[in-house]
Amino acid sequence: MSKTNPVSKISDLPEESKFRPGHRLCAGCGPAITVKLITLAVPEAVIVNATGCVEVGTTIYPYSAWKTPWVHVLFQNNAPVASGIAAALEKLSAEGRAKKLPVIALGGDGATFDIGLGAISGALERLDKIIYLCYDNFAYMNTGIQRSGATFLGVATTTSPAGKVIPGKQENKKDLIGIVASHHIPYAATASIWLWRDMVNKIRKAVNYSEQGPAFIHILAPCQFGWRYEPRLTVKVSRLAVETRLFPIYEIEDGQLKINYRVSKPVPIEEFLKIQRWTRHLLDPKNVDVLQRLKAWIEWNWQRLENLEKAGKVF
Amino acid sequence: MMTEALARQHRIALTGNDAVAYAVKQANVDVISAYPITPQTFVVETLSRYVNDGELNAKFINVESEHSALSAVIGASLAGARAFTATASQGLAYMWEALYAASGLRLPIVMALAARALSAPINIHNDHSDFFGMRDAGWIMFNGEEAQETYDLTIMAFKIAEDPRVLLPVVVSYDGFIVSHAITNFYALNDDVVKEFLGVRTTGPRIDPDNPRTFGVLALQDSYFEFKRQQYEAMENSRQVIKEVFQKYEEISGRSYAPLKEYMTGDAETCLVAMGSTVGTARHAVKTLREAGEKAGVVGILQYRPWPVKEAEQLFSRFKRIIVMEKVMSPGARAGPVYEDIAATIYPKHSEVKIIDFTYGLGGRDISTQGIIEIYKKGKELIDKGKTDRVYFHGVRGE
Repeated sequence: MSKTNPVSKISDLPEESKFRPGHRLCAGCGPAITVKLITLAVPEAVIVNATGCVEVGTTIYPYSAWKTPWVHVLFQNNAPVASGIAAALEKLSAEGRAKKLPVIALGGDGATFDIGLGAISGALERLDKIIYLCYDNFAYMNTGIQRSGATFLGVATTTSPAGKVIPGKQENKKDLIGIVASHHIPYAATASIWLWRDMVNKIRKAVNYSEQGPAFIHILAPCQFGWRYEPRLTVKVSRLAVETRLFPIYEIEDGQLKINYRVSKPVPIEEFLKIQRWTRHLLDPKNVDVLQRLKAWIEWNWQRLENLEKAGKVF
Repeated sequence: MMTEALARQHRIALTGNDAVAYAVKQANVDVISAYPITPQTFVVETLSRYVNDGELNAKFINVESEHSALSAVIGASLAGARAFTATASQGLAYMWEALYAASGLRLPIVMALAARALSAPINIHNDHSDFFGMRDAGWIMFNGEEAQETYDLTIMAFKIAEDPRVLLPVVVSYDGFIVSHAITNFYALNDDVVKEFLGVRTTGPRIDPDNPRTFGVLALQDSYFEFKRQQYEAMENSRQVIKEVFQKYEEISGRSYAPLKEYMTGDAETCLVAMGSTVGTARHAVKTLREAGEKAGVVGILQYRPWPVKEAEQLFSRFKRIIVMEKVMSPGARAGPVYEDIAATIYPKHSEVKIIDFTYGLGGRDISTQGIIEIYKKGKELIDKGKTDRVYFHGVRGE
């Protein structure tokens, strides 16, 4: 595998993506944009996809949207399948029996935050030479918008509805990168499809780091169907999630956390919540407590990241 | 054994687990992934040692669970590697959904199973609950009676799995502790002989950027059934391939294998059926029974899937009485799985043959020669009285 260099403009990317049109993902699908950017960032790779929207929407037999080797096995095992492929390709390529390729494990937040977390931890601990990319749309969308460990406080999903007594999810979002970085792997980062250049360059950086061990990127990929906003707003929503400090953009390299997109004057979270039907109930005065808790968590999380950044090489 | 065949091998004393590890080393596997579980653990310990001592050039992936062990092996196999895993009991149960993925993806994976009871209550000793739990997972299933068979089957398993007419995973089971931990003498082929017999893996799926394929598609109402039917046909094809591999293996080793192992069945009227280490004890029991004038015989099941339909019909239709001994419980069923296979094979065509089913040895409860003689006598008597409409239990309180 050759080193990949950063890009600065769109024309630095290949003209054609190996993720082809004709797939059955929704209009305005954040994960579809994510996948297209991944294949543009890394033109030749094997993608190991966990069960989820991207998997079911792109490979309905006899069709496939993939012009790069692609594998799906189960829901919670994309990391160990990727580990097996990476180990095999390393062994076989050394004997001239296969071509070595970057191995990308791709999974949604359900596969990554929840059901596959133990298996991911195993792959990270072993320092397996894989790239793990999580496309986070904040809930189980493929099964119909159920809450996951990635759903933030107050969100109304089909398993955490905005009920008369309990107004949406009562727990905060899991600190995925905190867990990942605690394995002290070479590279971990967050990205948003809105900041496409940052995201592409992080993926390319991750590929380079995967020569040494695992690299992990947590990508914000909104779902218009689940979040219930107009499909044309996907990139705007991705932007608002960053600019409200709900989804901070940072990376951890050589143990040092660095905030890559500093939000000095955050947009009020209400701006983000009001354009989505699954969070609009949080603006109802009767749910002001939840809104206050959410705001406090967002600020606490941002402060925590700034403190970690200042603390030096703590990962 | 012929001198020619002897020259191709060496005598060695190892436990069943180490015999498997030795076969896997000689098979030159590319990738191993496993998780420790009693009584299989020594397989992966020995293989780790082979890898770390440089005796085996393979990647060993030390995973955090059996689910991931089979998943890593699935990934490696998809990439074109010869891949191996080993497990037992809860580990196999934890792999369950991946078992179906491995066979559905048509991957020539080989797995060793040191057969052990399933929880609850937790028990580390031998029975065949784990083995039969994967009955319909689409794997070719063998059962080794002792170290020699287990070693030979492990080597042959790679040849069978990788045959382009088959491309299915193979499990080689052997009784936990009784076989896995007992040191016995057996003949092992020389390294170069195994190398020539197996070569490197060249068949089956392969991840290749120059020919990018999509593996593990979503197949809906219009195509899923055809995928499964092809899998069924691959299992059917394996019958002939297994026969050929047994034949080829006999040519190099001098050891002859058949799906069903017969002992004193020629003129037998009453036949015991068993699987695993019990088969040897049953032979001893039959010898004793013969001395007492009984026309007794034993059939040991070596190849469970594909079920040897033709051989079984030919063989079992000859007897007056069949007494099936099963180290597995199938609550709510008419009988245990082996009984059901035999009955489905010979009925209604050979309705004069009477079958009875005994569950024995669960959780490692010992079975002795005397115990088998008791089963034989009781089984014969119950059949003659026509009392075959339930499963009987041997060696349990309250029966």
